[in-house]
Amino acid sequence: MSKFRNKDNKGTPAISTAALPDIVFMLLFFFMVTTVMRETTLFVEVMIPKATEIKKMEKKSLVSYIYVGPPVKRMQASFGSKPRIQLNDSFATLNEIQEFIASEREAKDEKEIPYMTTSIKSDESVKMGIITDIKQELRKANSLKINYSTRKGTY
Amino acid sequence: MARKKRGLQEINAGSMADIAFLLLIFFLVTTTMDVDTGIARKLPPIPEEEQETPPEIHARNIYVVLVNAGDNLLVEGEPMNINQLKDGAKRFINNNGTNPTLSDNPEKAIISLQNDRGTSYKMYVRVQNELAAAYNEIRNEVALQRFGERYIDLNKSKQKEIRKEYPQKISEAEPKNIGS
Repeated sequence: MSKFRNKDNKGTPAISTAALPDIVFMLLFFFMVTTVMRETTLFVEVMIPKATEIKKMEKKSLVSYIYVGPPVKRMQASFGSKPRIQLNDSFATLNEIQEFIASEREAKDEKEIPYMTTSIKSDESVKMGIITDIKQELRKANSLKINYSTRKGTY
Repeated sequence: MARKKRGLQEINAGSMADIAFLLLIFFLVTTTMDVDTGIARKLPPIPEEEQETPPEIHARNIYVVLVNAGDNLLVEGEPMNINQLKDGAKRFINNNGTNPTLSDNPEKAIISLQNDRGTSYKMYVRVQNELAAAYNEIRNEVALQRFGERYIDLNKSKQKEIRKEYPQKISEAEPKNIGS
């Protein structure tokens, strides 16, 4: 009989939460290490096209981005809806691309310069005229490695 | 004296979990897991002033792909659907001299791509993608035949060997401006 009485008196013991902070910290460190903060705020709408033959981009620190697309809704009042180029945190014109590449190069180590890539993140709807002009500017700046940013998907 | 014996009181760590949770949620929200992917290409350098004339290329070794402002394809003078481009390019590259209008061998085969300024970027990427797919499939077939492995599973030197035999030569002409 004493067996049963014992059980009744104790009730269920509380679950120890002592290890909870450890678990949470573990998760925290995982996210801290994997996180990449968004560096630029996009002023242009970019819906990159789909492709199947894609490759992962290596060495993200050596990649400079050129965004092309129509300005986002709140900017359309002042900038119109024609596709525009964005470099870093502002709209740019074609002649600023060479300058942009030069400043990107300055920030890097001399040894790394040949490995630098320019990634063109352009909206699907953009016409090739503007892309061709960008490519021409990149050729002039002697920045020949480019990457057309695409996402995985079939047509 | 009795007070000293008690020593330091233990710090209450009960709220540690809350703090950690707070930070965790912050990083969860700010994190972006997407990896950048894309089609890598190399631009030709700007030609210098004094340049010897480029070597003559026989017309059969050039596969002309034109894209107009309406996103329509003209391949070797014939209109073509984008779905057929990959197979068409593969036939051209892998011809090895059998058909007199297609390439002599894969090493000499050059794909010439020209688009209009009014072509959409979407179409351009799609054409680039189909051409890349043609090369990737051919390389893969050769790899399977010769080494019994997929191209991406081969080691560097074997990949290089296949790449040398089947070089990806896609030449882009200056775009024209018609009807944009």
